[in-house]
Amino acid sequence: MSRQPLIDLEHISKSFDGEMVLDDLNLTIHENEFLTLLGPSGCGKTTTLRILGGFVTPDQGKVIFDGKDITNLAPNKRNLNTVFQKYALFPHMNVAENIAFGLKISGKTDAYIRDKISYALKLVNLEGYEKRNPMSLSGGQQQRIAIARAIVNEPKVLLLDEPLGALDLKLRQEMQYELVRLKNELGITFVYVTHDQEEALTMSDTVVVMNQGYIQQMGTPEDIYNEPENAFVADFIGDSNIIDGIMIQDKLVEILGVRFVCVDTGFGTNQPVDVVIRPEDLILGAPGRGVLDGVVTNLIFKGVHYEMEVMANGYEWLVQSTVARQPGEKVSLFVDPFNIQIMNKPASDDEKAVDPDEYE
Amino acid sequence: MNTNKRKLLTGPYLVWAVGFIILPLLMILYYGLTNDSGSFTLDNLLAIADPIHAKALWESVLIALGSTLISLVIAYPLAYILSNMGGNKSGTIIMLFMLPMWINFLLRIMALQMILANTGILNAILGFFGIGPLHIMYSKTAILIGMVYEYLPFMILPIYNVMCKIDRNVIDAARDLGADTKTVFMHVIMPLSLPGVLSGIIMVFIPGISEFVIADILGGSKVLLIGNVIDQEFSLTNNWHLGSGLSIVLMIFIFISMAIMNKYDKSGEGQMIW
Repeated sequence: MSRQPLIDLEHISKSFDGEMVLDDLNLTIHENEFLTLLGPSGCGKTTTLRILGGFVTPDQGKVIFDGKDITNLAPNKRNLNTVFQKYALFPHMNVAENIAFGLKISGKTDAYIRDKISYALKLVNLEGYEKRNPMSLSGGQQQRIAIARAIVNEPKVLLLDEPLGALDLKLRQEMQYELVRLKNELGITFVYVTHDQEEALTMSDTVVVMNQGYIQQMGTPEDIYNEPENAFVADFIGDSNIIDGIMIQDKLVEILGVRFVCVDTGFGTNQPVDVVIRPEDLILGAPGRGVLDGVVTNLIFKGVHYEMEVMANGYEWLVQSTVARQPGEKVSLFVDPFNIQIMNKPASDDEKAVDPDEYE
Repeated sequence: MNTNKRKLLTGPYLVWAVGFIILPLLMILYYGLTNDSGSFTLDNLLAIADPIHAKALWESVLIALGSTLISLVIAYPLAYILSNMGGNKSGTIIMLFMLPMWINFLLRIMALQMILANTGILNAILGFFGIGPLHIMYSKTAILIGMVYEYLPFMILPIYNVMCKIDRNVIDAARDLGADTKTVFMHVIMPLSLPGVLSGIIMVFIPGISEFVIADILGGSKVLLIGNVIDQEFSLTNNWHLGSGLSIVLMIFIFISMAIMNKYDKSGEGQMIW
């Protein structure tokens, strides 16, 4: 995907009350990209979004938008619009007046505004809602109005701050498809903030995993899921078995006293590493047929699959399978060498060891 | 606790309400609608047309409107600034406005008399700069100052409360959509603070229109308000019928003003006052 860079965040740092929220953050956002900032609360993702929107001025660093430095530009002068977490609709205006707010300020004609309102309402599947009071609408409908209100201004970038956080699961999944469809129809850049890894993986072109003010990893959803760079990313994206291991030599790692064949090279010899094995990559078999033997200790039905805990070599392995094994049953565990992820141990607990330049 | 026992808990209040609200109202209605011989008459109500009474009512309306307006002009910007300040700082300033209310109302008005008198503190300070002396006491100006002083907190609080409740995200959203500071204020903050303004107006205007103690102390006998007239009918002339009749007229007047206000108060913030 060759896309033109649109926004450059250069060496952004920000602290609140002496607490560092962002530390030397570098990030390039491209045209037409659906980029998701993903991380736990307090990781700096919302601050990053508010810096883009102009509501927070960074202590250090520059925001370059379309070649221009907008670091100190007021929010109302920026060619991007925000969809807020709690929708933030104007309670004293009806739906049409809410959507028209930005257009009236920019001095558009009544006819133009009328056309835009009906176009936007059609886009978000809420035709005929013009005269409704936004406070009388459901959360999902309010969110659609908030999106309509933002996109009628034809921003180059739409910023979305956990917009689906307040919706129930079913609606959230529907809205995920809608957002992707909207983004493709409008052909603009979406910068999306969420702590929900499933949301991030479903919708994004690029996922930026953040923790404690640093970018941990940046890449396509497949990259992030299949090739986590460190234990934090592996743990945050989906369920994982993360185990201490020692890299004996290239393509051979020792975990819990057992040697596993893997595909990773270049870690040196006898190097302590983190090993990640996804629960769906562990294959259960008859005792003695796999790499490890163990006993099932727990079984939960999850709908799509069963989730089991298997005690083997002193570690409780999380295993997902469509076949149920009863607690107490003796099983073996097997894992394809390709599905063993080897990661360097982080330099510190903060996982700040990731160099953002790697992704350029 | 079952419902019957719970109902018992309202007993003390019911006794209070009957003794101090319902009975007095019925008595005012009875006296207002009868004459000395006890027969029905509307004369006591129509007495408002008497030039002295009509003038007093008119003066009351003007002074109540004036003090409401001045309070609003002082309170609104203050409430706006306070609501934008951090919690602790604004709390302290609000506290400063509340503090005088802990002191007896009469004492405060009498203190004001000392300040405003011809040989009072204000004129002493002004005289030091070669200004004055100003003859403020026993005039409408003195009453106005007293009423604004007395009722200002009742204007500040509801406006401040409503402004604090305005969702900061809504203001951010307006800026995000291109609104500059002036547009944000005119199209978002002002309309959203209107319920507080209406509450404030009601809380200053209603007591203001029937005010007579401040007028007595700071206005002397120079200014006669409808409250003074009613007071005198009860306490000096001992004409309870006329006093009650004029009270009913005043009440009707207040009801009409409230009805007008409520028409504009869509959100119902002001309705909790009565």
